[in-house]
Amino acid sequence: MPTPIDPGSLRVDDDGVTLLGGWSPSSGHRHFPMRPLCPFTGADDVQPLDLPRDGRVWLWTTVTAPPPGYQGPVPYGLGIVELDGEPFLRVVSRIIGEVPGEGAPVRLVGEEVPGPDGDPATTWAFQVVP
Amino acid sequence: MTSASQTTVEIAGIGMHPFGRFDGLGATDMGVAAVREALADAGSSARDLQAAFCGTAYGGVAAGHRVLGALAATGIPIIDVEAGCASGGAALALGAAAIESGRCDQVLVFGIEKMPKGVIRSSFFAPWQEAAGLTPAPAFFALRAQRLLRECGLTPEHLAQVVVKNRRHGVSNPNAMFRSEVTVEQVLASRLVCDPLHLWMLCSPNEGAAAVVLRAAGSGAEGRGVVVAAVSLRSHLPGSVLGEDSPMCGIDDSDITPPTTLAARDAYEEAGMGPDDIDVVECQDTDAARELLVWAELGLCEPGEQAALLADGSTNLGGRLPVNPSGGLLSKGEPLGASALGQIVELVHQLRGTAGERQVDGAQVALAHVIGRGANACVTILRR
Repeated sequence: MPTPIDPGSLRVDDDGVTLLGGWSPSSGHRHFPMRPLCPFTGADDVQPLDLPRDGRVWLWTTVTAPPPGYQGPVPYGLGIVELDGEPFLRVVSRIIGEVPGEGAPVRLVGEEVPGPDGDPATTWAFQVVP
Repeated sequence: MTSASQTTVEIAGIGMHPFGRFDGLGATDMGVAAVREALADAGSSARDLQAAFCGTAYGGVAAGHRVLGALAATGIPIIDVEAGCASGGAALALGAAAIESGRCDQVLVFGIEKMPKGVIRSSFFAPWQEAAGLTPAPAFFALRAQRLLRECGLTPEHLAQVVVKNRRHGVSNPNAMFRSEVTVEQVLASRLVCDPLHLWMLCSPNEGAAAVVLRAAGSGAEGRGVVVAAVSLRSHLPGSVLGEDSPMCGIDDSDITPPTTLAARDAYEEAGMGPDDIDVVECQDTDAARELLVWAELGLCEPGEQAALLADGSTNLGGRLPVNPSGGLLSKGEPLGASALGQIVELVHQLRGTAGERQVDGAQVALAHVIGRGANACVTILRR
């Protein structure tokens, strides 16, 4: 099984990639990745929550030069996805495919890149649904 | 935070080492040059200083101490301040507070930086985030720019117009790195870094230093007439996925006040002024879109009015409210720890009437603004 680039942020198994979020009933917010306290209110009743694999693109751009510490291919898409379901949550993600416009549906996939030590690791990306 | 008994803070002296690239010169050398100029301008000796505050993000351990050591002026408290792009503003806030409290009569505030070339690497991020490609600063600037264009009815041509304005202003600034005019067509023809931001729409991290001597009003020598009316440092409220704290997620941020606005509201209140009282502005133009966003966040215009202000030349030198008469970071480059104090040096010249070809006629009140990693935002209001 591929190695997740950050075991605290994603799980990789037979179901593919899953984003490991958190949910605080008292604050009413989901968040990602899961933190001990709700990052929006400081509430301490956070429970683990597997986040939905579907969402819609809010903002997107293309990274044309490798940023410091990145050994993967360029160019690549980077953007912000609004996840399906409630309550409202936006996540930062690599984007695969040509985004036709705001609100384009996307689905979570794994993408292999060199990890911090240079060995292959799996990170998350949202792929544009044709 | 103001009180009747609070001491008024004057800017007694200013000094600056130009911003640019200086092979063979270290951050300490540039700091010494700027500090000596500021002390001479104030008619002070390093031995008169009661405390020193040094803004730097990449200067390393005891960066300020190295500068004071070179001046044989150690022994006093020396505080090194890191607040990302707002480091110099944070240092100014501490220096002003030291005088307002009555604890000191004269302090030094300076900023120094010698940045690596290219995209800034920050210890802010975890190695796995870098490896996953989730940390490129220009991409996050671009995402914020995309939102601004969408929500304020702006186009890449408007972004290019900001560059044209600031580069034109920078032509007569001897402290600027880029001193040539550019056209909208040239800006849009420069390399596309991250859509919609082209290379010339992004400021260059570089090197430089700037310094001010602050003095309690009425403590002896004349303060040359420029007073710190307010200086406010604020950080971000949690929630926005586009915040300078670069979170991995966010919620609906439509009701979350950005840090620039938090700092501006505090500063206007402390100074007893509003946006209409400001005659000249120096603001953070890390990229061209950031400047247009800041106009609204500072209350200088409503969101959506930026295009009209660009069209009628309001923010040009000679306009109703000139913004970045120094040429901004787009002309000067951005040495993180020094950039905020470089703005203060420019605005003190404007208020003294010594800004030469860049002079804003009759300027009485000036506003400086920086924002960056943390998030940290600082707004300073100066008056004659």
